[in-house]
Amino acid sequence: MNALAARQTRRARPTGAPASAFPARMVRLVSLGAGVVAWEVYGRAVHSPIFTYPSAVAAAGVDLVRTGELPSYLGSSLVVFSLGLLLAVAVGIPLGVLMGRRAMVEHAIDPWVNVFYAMPMVALIPVLVMWLGFQTKAKVIIVFLFCVFPVLINTYQGVRSTDARLLEVARSFCSPEGRLWRDVVLPSAAPFIVAGVRLALGRGLVGMVVSEFYTTITGLGYMIVQYANTFRTDRLFVPIVVLMIMGVGLTGLLRSLERRIAPWHVPGQE
Amino acid sequence: MVVVDGVAKRFRQGATAALETCSLEVRARELLCILGPSGSGKTTLLRIIDGLLRPDSGRVLIGGTEVTAPRPDVAMVFQHFGLLPWKTVYDNVAYGLRVQGRPEPEVRRVVPRYIEAVGLTGFEASYPYQLSGGMQQRVGLARALAVDPAVLLMDEPFGSLDAQTRELMQEELLRIWRSHPKTLVFVTHSIDEAIVLGDRIALMTHRPGRIREIVDVDIARPRDPEAVRLSPRYLELRSYVWQRLRSEVGARGAP
Repeated sequence: MNALAARQTRRARPTGAPASAFPARMVRLVSLGAGVVAWEVYGRAVHSPIFTYPSAVAAAGVDLVRTGELPSYLGSSLVVFSLGLLLAVAVGIPLGVLMGRRAMVEHAIDPWVNVFYAMPMVALIPVLVMWLGFQTKAKVIIVFLFCVFPVLINTYQGVRSTDARLLEVARSFCSPEGRLWRDVVLPSAAPFIVAGVRLALGRGLVGMVVSEFYTTITGLGYMIVQYANTFRTDRLFVPIVVLMIMGVGLTGLLRSLERRIAPWHVPGQE
Repeated sequence: MVVVDGVAKRFRQGATAALETCSLEVRARELLCILGPSGSGKTTLLRIIDGLLRPDSGRVLIGGTEVTAPRPDVAMVFQHFGLLPWKTVYDNVAYGLRVQGRPEPEVRRVVPRYIEAVGLTGFEASYPYQLSGGMQQRVGLARALAVDPAVLLMDEPFGSLDAQTRELMQEELLRIWRSHPKTLVFVTHSIDEAIVLGDRIALMTHRPGRIREIVDVDIARPRDPEAVRLSPRYLELRSYVWQRLRSEVGARGAP
C-alpha cells in the first residue's frame, strides 16, 4: 500500500541558503501580480471572443454574484463537497484504525483499497450517475469515493507507525482497546490523518466538478460546462477562479492545522 | 511475594534461549536488584513478570496467583520513560488510574499527591518534551506509583540519564520507597546502582539467562548513597560482585 504519509513533510526552506535581499513574501506577490497583468495585457491585445482577461472575469463575477447565480451554484457545490468529505472522514478514520489494529480487517480491506485507489476514480462516474441518478445523493457518493481512500490509507499508516513501546505501556497498565484508541493510537496518528484529509480535499474537488460535468443540473461544474458550450469565456472563468480559491484556502487551512496538531514533535526531541 | 519458577523463554526456534530454568523469589516489600551483563535476559525476565510476555515454560506467581497477562496490581517503570507525548504531566500521572477505570474524584485526590512525591509540583501542565530526562522519569515513576501497585517493576529506569542525574534519582527513589514501601524489582547493569539501592542483588548469567547467585547487601537503611559509596562494605561488595560478573562476561568473550 502506498505511504501517502511520506508526503506530509512540511515545506522547508533550503538550509544554508543565504538570506535573500528580497523578502520571500514580496517575491511571491510580485510573481503573481506580474502573471495577472501579463494575462490582462495579452488578453486585451488578442481581442478574440473566445479569449478573456482578468478584468472581464472580475466584471462577470460581479454580475454572477448580483444575479444570485454564483451563490446558488456555489452553495449546492459546497453541500455536495462537505457531505462527501464528512462521510469520507467518518468512514475512513474508524476503518483505517481497525485496519491498523486488526490483521483480519487489514487483509479483508487492503486488496479493495489497492484496487480502488490505483484506479482513476473518474472512470466510474458515468456508471455511478447511471445507477444513482443526477441528484445530490449521486454526487455526494462520488465525492466520498474520491476522498475516502487518502483518509483511510493515511489513518492506517498512522496507526501502524504508533510507537510499539507506547502500546506496550498501555498494555502494561491494562488499558482496554477502546481507551487505547483514545489515549495512544488516535493522537499518535493525528498528524497522518490531517495530512490524509488535506490530500482528500484536492481529490474531492476534482470529484465534485467532474460529477457536476456529468449530471449538468447545478453546481460550479455545471456552470463551467454551460458557459463553455455558449462561449461565455469571461463567465466560464468565474467558477474556475472560485475553485482555485477553495483549493488553496482549504489546503492552507489543513496545513496550518497540521503544524498545530502535534506541538510535541519538537525537532531533536524524541 | 513474587515467585519466578523455572521460567524459560526462547524468541526464535534454534536461537540461544534468552532465559532458561530461571528461578527467583522476591520477598514482600524488599528492593531486589537484578544485575547482569547486557544480553543476559534481565529485561525479558521483567517483562515476563509483568505479564507482557508469556514464558515458554515455567511460571510466575504474584501473591499466590499465576501471571498470565498484565495486571493492575503490578506497575512498570520503563527505561524509555514511555510517557504519552500528547498528555500533560498531570494526565500522564493520571493515566494508569484512568485506564483502570478509577472514579475521577479519586484521580483528583491521588494524582497531586504523587506529583508532589516525585517533586514535580508546578509542572502539572507541562508536556514531556518540555522536561529534562530526569524529570520525565519522575513522571514515569509517579504514574506507576499512582495506581498503588503491590509490586513495582523498574527496567533500567535511570539507564539513559547522565551520571549526576542518575545519582540524584537513586537518592530520590530511596526516599520515595521509604515513604511508599513496595515490593520492588529493579533491573540494572550497574554494580554501583545495585549495591546502593538493593536489599539483595540477583546476579544473572550470560545468555541463556538464569539466576546465578543472590548477594545480600548488608548495609543498614536508611541509606545515604554518598556515604554508602565511601564505606568499606561497599567496596568489598563491589569487588565481590565484579569478580562474579567478570567470570560471566569473560566466559563468553567481551559482551
